[in-house]
Amino acid sequence: MRYAETGFNLEIDLSRGNIERVATDPRDTELYLGGLGTNAKILWDRVPPDIDAFSPENLLIFGTGLLCGTAATGCNRTIVTTISPQTKLMAFSMMGGYWAPELKYAGYDKVILRGKSPDLVYLWINNDKVEIRDASHLQGKGAIETAELIKKELKQPKAQVSAIGLAGENRVFYASIEQGRSSASRGGIGAVMGDKGVKAIAVRGTQDINVARPAEYMELCYEVLDYIKWREDNPIPGVIPILAILGSPQEMAIHNEQWHTENFSWGNARLRRKGFWTEEVSDEWLETMNKARTRLISCYNCPVACGASISMPGLPTYMMKCFTKLTYTMAAMSNLDFGLTIAQRATEYGVDGYSTPQVMAFALELLENGILTHKDFPEMPEDNEGRFFYLLDKIVNREGIGDILANGTHWAAKEIGNGADAYAHNNIKKHEQLPLKLSMLNPIYFLMYCTGEKMNITQIEGQFPQAPFPKKEHREKFVKDWFQVPDDKFKQYFLDWELRGENSNPYYPTPEIACDIVDWQERMHYIDDALGMCAGLSSFHLKPPYHIHNIPKFLSAGAGFDMDEDKLSQAAKRYRTLVRAINIRRGLRRKDEKPPEDHWKKRFPELEKELLDTYYNYKGWNEEGIPTEASLHELGLDFVGQDLIQRGILTAGEDTLSKEASEVKETN
Amino acid sequence: MSDAKQKKIVKTIKIDVDKCHGCRACEMICSAFHAEPKYSSNNPARARIRVIRDPLRDVYVPVYAGEYTVAECAGRDKYTIEGKEYDECAFCRASCPSREEFKEPDSGLPLKCDMCEGEEEPLCVKWCTVDALVVEEREEEVEEQVEQEDLEVGLESLADKYGMDKILDAVARLSKKDEV
Repeated sequence: MRYAETGFNLEIDLSRGNIERVATDPRDTELYLGGLGTNAKILWDRVPPDIDAFSPENLLIFGTGLLCGTAATGCNRTIVTTISPQTKLMAFSMMGGYWAPELKYAGYDKVILRGKSPDLVYLWINNDKVEIRDASHLQGKGAIETAELIKKELKQPKAQVSAIGLAGENRVFYASIEQGRSSASRGGIGAVMGDKGVKAIAVRGTQDINVARPAEYMELCYEVLDYIKWREDNPIPGVIPILAILGSPQEMAIHNEQWHTENFSWGNARLRRKGFWTEEVSDEWLETMNKARTRLISCYNCPVACGASISMPGLPTYMMKCFTKLTYTMAAMSNLDFGLTIAQRATEYGVDGYSTPQVMAFALELLENGILTHKDFPEMPEDNEGRFFYLLDKIVNREGIGDILANGTHWAAKEIGNGADAYAHNNIKKHEQLPLKLSMLNPIYFLMYCTGEKMNITQIEGQFPQAPFPKKEHREKFVKDWFQVPDDKFKQYFLDWELRGENSNPYYPTPEIACDIVDWQERMHYIDDALGMCAGLSSFHLKPPYHIHNIPKFLSAGAGFDMDEDKLSQAAKRYRTLVRAINIRRGLRRKDEKPPEDHWKKRFPELEKELLDTYYNYKGWNEEGIPTEASLHELGLDFVGQDLIQRGILTAGEDTLSKEASEVKETN
Repeated sequence: MSDAKQKKIVKTIKIDVDKCHGCRACEMICSAFHAEPKYSSNNPARARIRVIRDPLRDVYVPVYAGEYTVAECAGRDKYTIEGKEYDECAFCRASCPSREEFKEPDSGLPLKCDMCEGEEEPLCVKWCTVDALVVEEREEEVEEQVEQEDLEVGLESLADKYGMDKILDAVARLSKKDEV
């Protein structure tokens, strides 16, 4: 018997209309766990580097986390993996909600889509019965609207639906996949779904998910649940509100937005709006939120309600979470009322709440600076709010300038030319980033921005405080009950980290220490992404309920294979390296691994080089960021090593660069 | 038979639909507790509690499995509370032919909440950390006599309708059935 997982994937060939239920190899589960790990293995095996995002041979994989559907609190994530049209690298965006557990109960760990459907279709997975159904009547419908219509026509109110809106249908490079309460938004995976001609996947499941050692597993689940309750009553002092409590993060519940509104360079700006958060703004936003928010809502089997249902007057209800609350509002320099109103349309269209407002602000900057002209924006309203609505419609419909903007700031700037490049200033690996512009280089964040392959800082940071605590006694108090650290040395790192003086940014943490810290933070995220754990209860947070010491026990008792901290870390390193290898094979090199030029004002080229060199070495990668043959061997990834050697990316028996690969290749 | 008053413990689960976040941890833990062996599997479709959930209409109704019924109701109720319309049968506890709730997914056998016998409190309550589900226990005094009276009132009405002979025949037939 298979435990925690079902042992079956659903393989759907959309070109031929073929559906197969395929048994998976349990040895892959031990090596790559599940979710992101096994998704990466499939992508490596089946999508060679010459296949682009919109090729029929590209795969779109909906993978559930290994522990989804079990009693583990907050373990409900779907990891969607494909090739991104925007970055041309591997995309692995994720969503919470209810879809992953439902798919497990239907009897599958993953849905793997290949080919392209000639007509718009949706998939209906009802336990053993799987159908490809006509979706021509859903063409152009909103993502939330689509889910409702499908549940109604199937007479299945309990079905869980993942759907795309018009943005996905029109292959907007930052189109999302929406699932009511949640969305998988980064990397343009909604565009791939639209390209495959799939409007939605509806799932209903009524079968069992088994765990190997039930009593032991439940005890672990209770420990976590009790700790969550304890943390609710004991927020962490001295950090900003969203970091003090658990959640992913709790933007719907927390009202005080001084920190975020004033410390981010919203839209496409380079400056922060100090003094924005006045009492007047605070009162107005509170009133708007109280009127709009009908209820705080959770994902499957999680008591932390990070989302909310939002009802704006005269508009259909939708559900919101996290930063979409702020991104449109702040980019348009408007108020929350506007932000919640445009987010309704954006959610139905199915677009990423990070990239979209940034692209729109970028377009308006180009207009202000004469790179684009009023002719490019026929009949555009005068006011900011009106312009944002106008641009959203143009982008999603790919009309006029919207067709160019729909590819994101990197590609739009290239196409527009005429100096537009300078305005696409906030990208890493061609993908729009959180709009932060800071002063002093932070060595930990430098490494995370450079080497992150999830393309989003929030998906790699966590565990370790974002900044030093000014007072020693506060640091001492913080480390006292910090049992989540993999090793006590991390406590010392934090104790020694000071706001000013010798032990402060950028020279402390030292490159060696920064490597330890970054590796720990990244590892915990990769573990979550394989198990389907929400980062809001785990890797994103300081002192979370799930950590390196209890997760191996969950795996042993839940999935039934022997696991300990070392073995778990090794497994995470294995598929993390596989993700890197996929991207290396697609052209990713050291030159791509850099934060936006203007991310920090104070930069230190020599130190930055040392940081990256040290980190690459720490990870077992050569100076180009390519995993070496020896490190691949150590991880049992000899087949990757052989492939990279065959392609001339690595040279056999040499742990440095091959000659061919050292020639700088332009990938764009 | 004595008229002495008897004491019994009445357990009530208080359901506050305003506090429900719709996470369905109650369904999850219920299915795990009632799995064989205990906690060996999860499957909300086997749960004896269901959250009737329709987020876009802000409908969240945790409802418990009650008695099995062979026939569906002739007329059904639809409630509107504070402008929110609830599906027909939303508040009904019955395992009944008109809907899929509260039936074992494989066998179709009816499910019924047993308040997690043997546990200090029903586990759905324990897992509902937002207190949408809270258990309350109270002692009630009941007179045994009452039941007898109820029975006699019922029988009398049946006798009025069908005649005493038919009732006696039916009782005889039923008791024979029990012997077999």
